[in-house]
Amino acid sequence: MEAVIAIAIGVLFASGVWLILRPRTFQVIIGLLLISYAVNMFIFIMGRLTVNKPPLTLKEPIEAGLFADPVTQALVLTAIVIGFATTALYLVLLLTSRGLTGTDHVDGKEPRQ
Amino acid sequence: MLLLTLILIPFIGCFIAALLPVNARNREAWLAAAVALIGLIIIGIQFPHINNGEVLRYQLDWMPEYGLNLVLRMDGLAWLFSMLIIGIFLLVVLYARYYMSPEDPVPRFFSFLLAFMGSMLGVVLSGNLIQLVLFWELTSLSSFLLIGYWHHRAEARRGARMAFTVTATGGLCLLAGVLMLGHIIGSYDLDVVLNSGEVLREHAWYLPTLILIALGALTKSAQFPFHFWLPHAMAAPTPVSAYLHSATMVKAGIFLLMRLWPVLSGTPEWTWIIGGAGVCTLLIGSFIAIFQHDLKGLLAYSTISHLGLITALLGIGTPLAMVAAIFHTLNHATFKASLFMAVGIIDHESGTRDMRKLRGLSKLMPHTATLAIVASAAMAGVPFLNGFLSKEMFFAEALLVGSNSNWWMPLAAVTMGVFSVAYSLRFIYVFFGKPATDLPKTPHEPPRWMRFPVEVLVVFCLIVGIIPGLSVGPVLHNGVQAVLGEQTPYYSLALWHGFNVPLLMSFIALGGGVLLYAVLRTRFNLTHRDQVPLLYRFNGKQAYESTMLELRSGASRLERLLGTRRLQPQLVLMVSVCLAAAVVTAWSAPQVWAAIEPSKPHIPFSVLWLVGCACAIAGAWQAKYHRLASLSLVGGAGLVVCLTFLWLSAPDLALTQLMVETVTTVLILLGLRWLPPRILSIEQDRAENRRARVRRSRDFVLAVLAGLGMAAISYLVLTLPAGSGIGGFFLERALSEGGGSNVVNVLLVDFRGFDTMGEIAVLGIVALTVYGLLRRFRPAAESMSLPAQQTNLVDPAAQQTPTEQAESGYLMVPGVYLRLLLPMILVCSLYFFMRGHNLPGGGFVAGLVFSVGIIIQYMLAGTVWVESRLHLQPHRWLALGLIIAVVTGLGALVAGYPFLTSHTAHFTLPVLGELHMPSAFFFDLGVFCVVVGATMLILTALAHQSIRSHRLPLAAMEAADAADAAGKEKN
Repeated sequence: MEAVIAIAIGVLFASGVWLILRPRTFQVIIGLLLISYAVNMFIFIMGRLTVNKPPLTLKEPIEAGLFADPVTQALVLTAIVIGFATTALYLVLLLTSRGLTGTDHVDGKEPRQ
Repeated sequence: MLLLTLILIPFIGCFIAALLPVNARNREAWLAAAVALIGLIIIGIQFPHINNGEVLRYQLDWMPEYGLNLVLRMDGLAWLFSMLIIGIFLLVVLYARYYMSPEDPVPRFFSFLLAFMGSMLGVVLSGNLIQLVLFWELTSLSSFLLIGYWHHRAEARRGARMAFTVTATGGLCLLAGVLMLGHIIGSYDLDVVLNSGEVLREHAWYLPTLILIALGALTKSAQFPFHFWLPHAMAAPTPVSAYLHSATMVKAGIFLLMRLWPVLSGTPEWTWIIGGAGVCTLLIGSFIAIFQHDLKGLLAYSTISHLGLITALLGIGTPLAMVAAIFHTLNHATFKASLFMAVGIIDHESGTRDMRKLRGLSKLMPHTATLAIVASAAMAGVPFLNGFLSKEMFFAEALLVGSNSNWWMPLAAVTMGVFSVAYSLRFIYVFFGKPATDLPKTPHEPPRWMRFPVEVLVVFCLIVGIIPGLSVGPVLHNGVQAVLGEQTPYYSLALWHGFNVPLLMSFIALGGGVLLYAVLRTRFNLTHRDQVPLLYRFNGKQAYESTMLELRSGASRLERLLGTRRLQPQLVLMVSVCLAAAVVTAWSAPQVWAAIEPSKPHIPFSVLWLVGCACAIAGAWQAKYHRLASLSLVGGAGLVVCLTFLWLSAPDLALTQLMVETVTTVLILLGLRWLPPRILSIEQDRAENRRARVRRSRDFVLAVLAGLGMAAISYLVLTLPAGSGIGGFFLERALSEGGGSNVVNVLLVDFRGFDTMGEIAVLGIVALTVYGLLRRFRPAAESMSLPAQQTNLVDPAAQQTPTEQAESGYLMVPGVYLRLLLPMILVCSLYFFMRGHNLPGGGFVAGLVFSVGIIIQYMLAGTVWVESRLHLQPHRWLALGLIIAVVTGLGALVAGYPFLTSHTAHFTLPVLGELHMPSAFFFDLGVFCVVVGATMLILTALAHQSIRSHRLPLAAMEAADAADAAGKEKN
């Protein structure tokens, strides 16, 4: 399971990095989405992998080993929501830039051939 | 405390002065004069203390552990300088009241002048070296503003920029020097520094420290080779020149050298650097001054030469030379200020400063002429005037330098004396002869009070010149004592010391000067020479301009070479640096990698991620030509992430990820419409050029490396045992102290409530920014028209308006169905919200569910249809949410707990039974409202763009409909 998660993070990150190095704004926004998945998962696994132990302290006794780490989960939860906000901001910026410059190149002008 | 008042009132005055009306010349002058008078009184009442040899100190701790405190310190030297600064300021203010014309915006002038005086006082009263440098730079800044006061003139702008560049660069050197000095001595406190001269002089860093500090002082005091800025600073209004270049700005460098004299002087390096600069300056300055045609230019070079004289005295380094230096500082300030003012009067009344035109002014303005002649005689060093005394002392010290066989220094001194007599003669020549008739204005005496400051200063020159011991004796003694302490020598300030060599030198200088002037005038046609003989080749201004030009072009070349505005190279660089840093880190700790052990394969999970990875790679592959496909594929990857969270005991994350995924997809779908078509086929694009292929390969390698690195680190972390962490703390206390069993939610709204507060604030800001950006959105022209799918006549829906589609068209069935679902979605949202504190759910999830419920109505029924029935005002939701969250937090403050402390209340209600009501519940309500408001605001702002282009005809149609209806009703 560890290996699968690690490979998954690697693949998501690699696809994201490839995309943010592309010249078109849409590619960059998709790249940022993929990178944010990878980074969220990366932060999440800092609490290690636990199956069937959600951090809901309904049952006694309450010991650290019986539940998943709630701290990384809380961090990732806020990261997901903020990620949405930044994606929205970036999208609007790319649309505005496209409207102003007439191109969807990240530099606001087509490269010289 | 009085010292603090002394420093603060000029700055307070500066702010008040800036706020007065533009033409309030009298009020401005009164204000500045009042500030000066208060300052004089404060300084005056300190005199008994200073006279007893006390050192007044005021300290305000700021960062005591770093030795950075506000320390104000007044000893004899600081007293003398403060008196000079404020005294001459008062006279300059009076003078400026009449000098400035009604068209000049005076608030700016007096405000800058006050700020400058405050900075100068700060320099002389600083008891901490860092603080001194700070005020030093403030004087550079305020003098820049003063010199450039008439900023509509190009020469004023250029002069101001030159003065600022030179003095501020010197200030930076000074800062470096002071930091080194502080490092050597271990303190920036002046009292400590002054007692550590031995430590510094024996330290290996002595020479660099000395050079850096000397650079600061020499640039400020316009010493060779930095003297060129001063003549160009003459573009300032004359009161500014009179103040800056007689008593203050240029004297700051002199002051610094005097202040640090006990620490830095006494070595051959000191004598060579300071003395050498001084001697060069005094000769060059006095020589060039003879050949000026502008009265102010002459005074500027004369100032340079006198500053060189003082610097040379300081460089000589004997205690008696120090006495002479302080004395000459005082004398120069008085006669030079009066001369500048006299020149200002001539300029003001006759309209020109050109010595080739001005003639016979003594007949037209006899009073002013007398005053100016006396002052210039003091400048030339004529007996019975103060300039004579200090120049005499300088000659005496010059004789002592070297041995009997070394006559260079006395020779330089006498030469300078000859030159200064010559330029003084050149100066007073304008008062004699037949009155000129071709002047722009007919000169006459200035107003009574405009002449008054000149009279005061000239009387001072006379008094000091005749009875020096009685007039300035004690003040000078205090100043000397403050610098020299026990080394204070015996000296006599008397006018007559009998016949001796210095007296002989004085007379040689006087006679030689008259002779030189006569020869230059008759033989060398002095009045019509445009170039200074010999020295015109060494043009400091030209050197400065070309240096600046070189710097500018060099900087832009460097920017072209190293910088880019293009995003891609920057990102490539960033990714590469991150990779390099990771590799270096991994390399330095190889033993960690030994801990890796193989993990057990997990088939269902592997299959899940096979799909996820395929989605990610395919999404990346398709992002250029098939945006919709790419978006869907990335959404697929997001869903796999969501399932992973669910699998790995994070139900809250899974819920949030699912909802965010939905909203993000809708968002980007809305944006897709405005992106340009990309019709180039892949084959064509591939053949495009080789450079693109190379770039792609490089990016591909980078991406693969980054992915591999990320995977390796993740795997390493997962195989290492978990540390203890702080998770246990929250698990134990969530129920007992937070009142909820869903630890993640309790963490968000209770333990880390302040973070969440910040986060919802960010959400609100982003939403408003998006809204603001879209209000001015202008789509590209080619994406304005309706897309081909909507105009295709084969499709019956193309002929319907969105409203018709929703009410009776092809979208009616799903529309009705979703309208039916809406209440259920809202109930679901409420359910997630209510149970959030104990089970997966909470404000974030509930808010997102709520928004999705509304958004699908928009999607199926159309914006117009929904908004005519549902008045959702996202701005208000945002505001309400933030207010609820803040008020909840403030509630704790009212009860006496820190901000956002949570409290649980227990109610017993008739039907529902016992209820736990934590205050975090209300905080979560705030979060809910903000999430709903932000999401709706962003999405609807984007959705409105699509109906904008149709809005105008639609509005016209509606208006026509309304008119029809009204007409029908009438009938």
